[in-house]
Amino acid sequence: MRHGRAFWLFVGPFAAGLLVFVYVPIGWSLVLSFFDARNTVTPTEFVGLRNYVDMLTDGPFLSSLGTFSVFAAFVVPLTFVLALALALLVNQISFMQAFFRSVFFLPTACSYVVASLVWKLSIFNGLRSGLANTVLGWFGADPVAWTVSTSPPWYWLVLVTLRLWLQLGFYMILFIAGLQRIPVVLYEAAALDGARSWQAFRFVTLPQLRTTSVAVLLLLLIGAYQAFDEFYNVLGTDRGYPPFARPPLIYLYYTALGSGGQDFGHGSAGAVILTLLIVGVTLLQGRAVRR
Amino acid sequence: MISRRRLLSLACASVLLAACGSNTGRGGNGQALKQWYHAYGEPGVRQAVERYAKAYTKTQVSVQWNPGDYDSKLATSLLSDGGPDVFESTPQISSVRAGQLVPLDDVFGDARSDFSDSILATHTVDGKIYGVPQAVDMQMLFYRKSFFSQAGVQPPSTVDELIDVSRRLTAGSVKGLFAGNDGGGGVLGGPALWSTGLDYVRDHQVGFDDPLAATAIGKLRELYTSGSLLLGAVKDWAEPDAFTQGLVAMQWTGLWAVPAVAKALGDDFGVLPFPSLGAGGSASVPVGAFGAMVNAKSKRIDEAKDFVRWLWIEKTDYQEDFNLGYGFHIPPRKSISERASKLTSGAAADAVKFVRDNAKASNPPDWTSVMRTAFNDAVSRVVRDGAPADAELRAAADVARDELKRLYG
Repeated sequence: MRHGRAFWLFVGPFAAGLLVFVYVPIGWSLVLSFFDARNTVTPTEFVGLRNYVDMLTDGPFLSSLGTFSVFAAFVVPLTFVLALALALLVNQISFMQAFFRSVFFLPTACSYVVASLVWKLSIFNGLRSGLANTVLGWFGADPVAWTVSTSPPWYWLVLVTLRLWLQLGFYMILFIAGLQRIPVVLYEAAALDGARSWQAFRFVTLPQLRTTSVAVLLLLLIGAYQAFDEFYNVLGTDRGYPPFARPPLIYLYYTALGSGGQDFGHGSAGAVILTLLIVGVTLLQGRAVRR
Repeated sequence: MISRRRLLSLACASVLLAACGSNTGRGGNGQALKQWYHAYGEPGVRQAVERYAKAYTKTQVSVQWNPGDYDSKLATSLLSDGGPDVFESTPQISSVRAGQLVPLDDVFGDARSDFSDSILATHTVDGKIYGVPQAVDMQMLFYRKSFFSQAGVQPPSTVDELIDVSRRLTAGSVKGLFAGNDGGGGVLGGPALWSTGLDYVRDHQVGFDDPLAATAIGKLRELYTSGSLLLGAVKDWAEPDAFTQGLVAMQWTGLWAVPAVAKALGDDFGVLPFPSLGAGGSASVPVGAFGAMVNAKSKRIDEAKDFVRWLWIEKTDYQEDFNLGYGFHIPPRKSISERASKLTSGAAADAVKFVRDNAKASNPPDWTSVMRTAFNDAVSRVVRDGAPADAELRAAADVARDELKRLYG
């Protein structure tokens, strides 16, 4: 098919940007992963699969995958259930629906970095005067060092509530869109057959939301894999990052780009492994949910 | 191909050039030497370094001020052709081995003996010097004299006394010590090693592969579990806010905090080195110095070296102004620090003495990020999670040994 000038005029700049800033770096990173690339992006020493072997036997990298799993185990089901519940509630009310929809959606517009700082410095700081500790103080409890304590690991509370606040609204909107596409006749037919509201939800709403649910789950999982901003800003310090709650992207960032690190070979190998994992899990999940 | 950064720097450069306006009549090939600084927090530093650059007559120098994550930005720029000609940093063996830095031994001339050996050592890799030290920074323990006299305790001179004093000073809303929001693992790991006479790296060998290291880091765990540490403060250890607001009786922070602390507390404070653990160890203060370096990819290496020599060797008045006019640093040249009146009394005089007697390199060139991460991870797990110190440190020592083998064979 031949494309006219208008086609290239509109698509060209975008395609060029995509090529230069996305595909070339991805390809180059693949190349780097087979080289000893310390402090250089034009390496000469080919090392084959050594970087991959190193990363797959590297304790911190493997434990970072574990960290991701913990985070995903908290945040994916919680967001899914809460976003669906919010969507059902907001979709049902007839009074000020647009207002509630906007209010719940608003946090999505907030930057992760700004929200992280608010969570870390004002809500969950370790001082008596922090918001969470003030509330605890009303009940006579001692202040808790939320982002410091590892036993119990309160930092998960900080990280998970932060992400819930930021992303719930977005997934709520996706579910509302899905809910509004369900034909009313299905509910009428169910009502005629004597279905109660729970049965209507179980046998009409949920099956009708299948495609939306699959999309939401996929996006949530990929989002969890990509966790970086809130972890970096809540737990990172000028002395580096603590060994716990270190998601893969944070670990790779410090390996490839951290001060004095600049080990692009291992960083790229880790990135490729992570990409393969995300692709693999996504395919598996798609197959499992669709059947 | 033009990258976004290059586009941005071109845009910045054109703005700068436009701002310069009329022909200054200086020589050179028309393009300015690029000099980078990180963003100093003290007001006036930026104007000062721009003034120095402007005063250089041989060639035009444009100063770029870099707020944010300077280390990462610099490291990335050194990979490309668009990096600075002259910049400030501390040398890492990885950059030297990758051929990114120009040796500057010949820049020093007769002035070399005027720089303190311990500072020069932090800029020396494989026998060559890669940075001309600009300003010495150090960390130390600040304590509130009135809190100590109220509680009837003396300034600690051993690690055990430090833990004990910290406990006894904890009462009500006042905690004994603030050493960072990570519970001290980040900043006190090195001092804990030095308190037993160990070190990060020594003569190309792991310096902490010793059962004593577990004892030393175990003390940090004891401190963490004593309930006397302030945790989760709004500003981290580098800012003296927790100390000046009376939230703690002691804080680990740096020399740079002296003016702010003196302003808030008058003379109701004193400073100490990190104490010794006992026999074989010593009190210590971590010391580091940013140095002026030359990018090996620069097309004007000789001009860059001339400029570095002029600014940081010949213009001794600038070095004094840079170190003491705005924030608070120790001039790396003995001839300047000895006659500086601001350094002859109070906490500043103590700090100068600590640097002379107790200095340890906070970030030696061959303490690579791989070793640092392994060590800091181990310390954090011991301090915060109560992991067994001997096993954790042995694992970190193994990582460090592999890395040293890779570097030195």
